[in-house]
Amino acid sequence: MKEIPSPLPGTFYHKPAPDQPPFKANGDAVAPDDTIGLVEVMKTFIEVKAEVAGSFAGYVAQDSSPVQAGDTLAKVE
Amino acid sequence: MTLKIVKPGLATSIQDLGRPGYFHLGIPMGGAMDRLALRAANLLVGNDEGAACLEAAFLGPEIEFTAPATIAVTGATMPVKVDGAEHPGWTAIAVKAGQVLSFGYLKAGARIYIAVSGGIATPPALGSRSTYPIGALGGVDGRAVQAGDELPVGRSAGAPEGRSVPPELRRAVSRPAELRVLPGLYIHRITDEARARFFGEEWQVAPEADRMGVRFRGGSPLDFVPRTPPFGAGSDPSNIVDGCYSYGSIQVPSGTEPIVLHRDAVSGGGYFTIGAVISADMDQIGQLQPHTPVHFIPVSMETALAARAERRAALNRIREALG
Repeated sequence: MKEIPSPLPGTFYHKPAPDQPPFKANGDAVAPDDTIGLVEVMKTFIEVKAEVAGSFAGYVAQDSSPVQAGDTLAKVE
Repeated sequence: MTLKIVKPGLATSIQDLGRPGYFHLGIPMGGAMDRLALRAANLLVGNDEGAACLEAAFLGPEIEFTAPATIAVTGATMPVKVDGAEHPGWTAIAVKAGQVLSFGYLKAGARIYIAVSGGIATPPALGSRSTYPIGALGGVDGRAVQAGDELPVGRSAGAPEGRSVPPELRRAVSRPAELRVLPGLYIHRITDEARARFFGEEWQVAPEADRMGVRFRGGSPLDFVPRTPPFGAGSDPSNIVDGCYSYGSIQVPSGTEPIVLHRDAVSGGGYFTIGAVISADMDQIGQLQPHTPVHFIPVSMETALAARAERRAALNRIREALG
């Protein structure tokens, strides 16, 4: 199991936009360059890249929740 | 020599102590949000205190050095790495030509200051190298740094490595943070109960906080004293006939979310202001992470002036420690 950490503090989002599905669902293939979520800070949305490959094993941080740098956002098997 | 920006981080910008003297024309002073951290970084590398540094918020950049230099990183707590090896913050570090500076995840605070011996030597605008993107002034063509930029660095006699700001002279942000406020001219616009709630409740830093202003959420909406809007004021109860804003002034549009204006502040507008965060606590705002709990504490002018003198004394202790 690999953990994807947040690179910076802010608000974490699972979805590219409120009316769209999450970036990843359980079991989806994950490549290192894939975006798994967004962190919003200073009016900017930063794409969080997986940086690892595998199979998506679920979000750890809730959608629209505050996160600190280094918090685990999601897991990859 | 130059600094090659390999990765820019997030809105990493060149800042010094700003360009005072143009606020009446709408051009803010700008400069480092945490001025003490910038001064300390420069002192560590043997620069003038006001030399231009890089200010990076939340996420560190990656920088390659084309010549040997002394560097120092102050402000937020973020692991400092040279070619992957970790070095302490608030300490002078020697780097060799070709080495790469990078950073780990932010641990505390919000903004780091990266000083290099000689100082960043981009062209000044109106007496300062500080980046003011809205006015396209200073920095690199008036903008934040980007990957591929090569920043010129001034000459330096160099500075010894290993000197460090003593830990007790580094200011940490308390949690909840306490921001002292001098109540201002327009506080009569809200009811006594609203005033008591504003200073009594806990607020949180909103994620959209930036160099212009820091927004807060989580407290109760303010109740206004009923009035007939004066000629020239908007119809919202939070509107006034346009007035001047000061650095640190706290406006609360529609009475819902307070905004503290910071170094890249707008100079005036039509919202009432409760008061202003005292100058001694402005640096601390630059180190607030999103979602940090904050209390606003009302203080008198005497307390504000004493706090300013205390900050000046703290800076003098750093100067003496590194002198």
